[in-house]
Amino acid sequence: MSGDHHNTDDSGPAARVKALEAILTEKGLIDPAAIDAIVDTYETRVGPRNGARVVAKAWTDPEYRKRLLANATSAVAELGFAGPEGDHLVAVENTDRIHNLVVCTLCSCYPWPVLGLPPVWYKSFAYRSRAVSDPRGVLKNFGLELAPEVEVRVWDSSAEIRYLVIPQRPKGTEGMSEDALAGIVTRDSMVGVAKIAAPTSRRGDSPRAHA
Amino acid sequence: MNGVHDMGGMDGFGPVVREQNEPVFHADWEGRVYAIAAAAMRAAQINIDEFRHAIERIAPARYLASSYYERWLAAVETLLVERGVVTREEILAKQDGAIDPALIANAVSTQGPAPVKDKPEKKPPRAGYPKGARVRARNLNPSGHTRLPRYVRGKAGVIARDWGVFVFPDTNAHHAGTKPQHCYSVAFDARELWGKSSKANGRERVYLDLWEDYLEPIAPKSKPKAAKRTTAHHTGRY
Repeated sequence: MSGDHHNTDDSGPAARVKALEAILTEKGLIDPAAIDAIVDTYETRVGPRNGARVVAKAWTDPEYRKRLLANATSAVAELGFAGPEGDHLVAVENTDRIHNLVVCTLCSCYPWPVLGLPPVWYKSFAYRSRAVSDPRGVLKNFGLELAPEVEVRVWDSSAEIRYLVIPQRPKGTEGMSEDALAGIVTRDSMVGVAKIAAPTSRRGDSPRAHA
Repeated sequence: MNGVHDMGGMDGFGPVVREQNEPVFHADWEGRVYAIAAAAMRAAQINIDEFRHAIERIAPARYLASSYYERWLAAVETLLVERGVVTREEILAKQDGAIDPALIANAVSTQGPAPVKDKPEKKPPRAGYPKGARVRARNLNPSGHTRLPRYVRGKAGVIARDWGVFVFPDTNAHHAGTKPQHCYSVAFDARELWGKSSKANGRERVYLDLWEDYLEPIAPKSKPKAAKRTTAHHTGRY
């Protein structure tokens, strides 16, 4: 019902995909090696670590932050990140007064070059349906309760613009290096469903585990 | 089309559930179909709008019963069969009877393929709305592809930004021209979208990216001084 189940047996989609790949390969339309390369790219190279580096740089380099807010596509490209679903990137910044949240109600558009492929919850019918009508309620599902006076801005990705949320830098991170900061920036914070907790030494409570 | 994919504002799907330590792909076939879709779209010159529309054309009950990558698979099969790149028989033959042929038939929409007729572009696009302009999303209900969600139709908003010129999905999905035009970030107050009795407290705004053709101007309110003295019916408000 929620559309987030996973069919892992061999009789359904797996058999259909295998057949399709074989036919398209026979016809010379696709190259299995190229398919392997695309899968590998999104499994190992393109993911939220890219976005985390963008955010960490924006936190530590005011000039970069300005460029990122003015033109995220070119600012992200400075770090070597580009590709499908990344031609029109826009960065929106969370502050004490404004909280940004990104959704795609019509499908599941997502800024692949900086966040990788979307997680199941982002693609779920629950999120797609309610993020626009009850954003504060959806945030509570993620354990984030915003003060009523904080303005919520929901970005429904209805065109080709892809949004990256710049989360607030947590207090207590003043001495951290850009690399160390990149390590605490989570995927969820860059979609806008979480804040970043100040780093602690408590085991099992690292924000990194959420990335 | 007014499909089940247009989910903004629907109720009943329950809370959002977050999976811990989620893998990028939950099965090998998910990664394969993702990559095949990307490669096949290039090879068969399928544009992103018709790909999205192929997903929207999945019958509603099947759409809801399918996972994200199952919908991608159905869309790729649909488009490649419609293009004549592969035949249903070829797909079935390759599967050695491993699946029920009805599955593929059901995966493909009840709505036929789009007529293919690319038209040359003529008029250069101009921006009809400056930042800050009050606009209303038109009440459009096209039977084909659109990126104008139902929940915003007829609602009033404000132009927040002009993103520049983009291909128009409603025509591009059907090869009826790219019809390039300005696309705007339009801000809507949540109470305008969901009503004053909704959970919105007045500090929520929803931003949608909407093409020129989705919008109509809202005439600035005439100042009271300019109003004619003869319009006395205003006095009966209370």
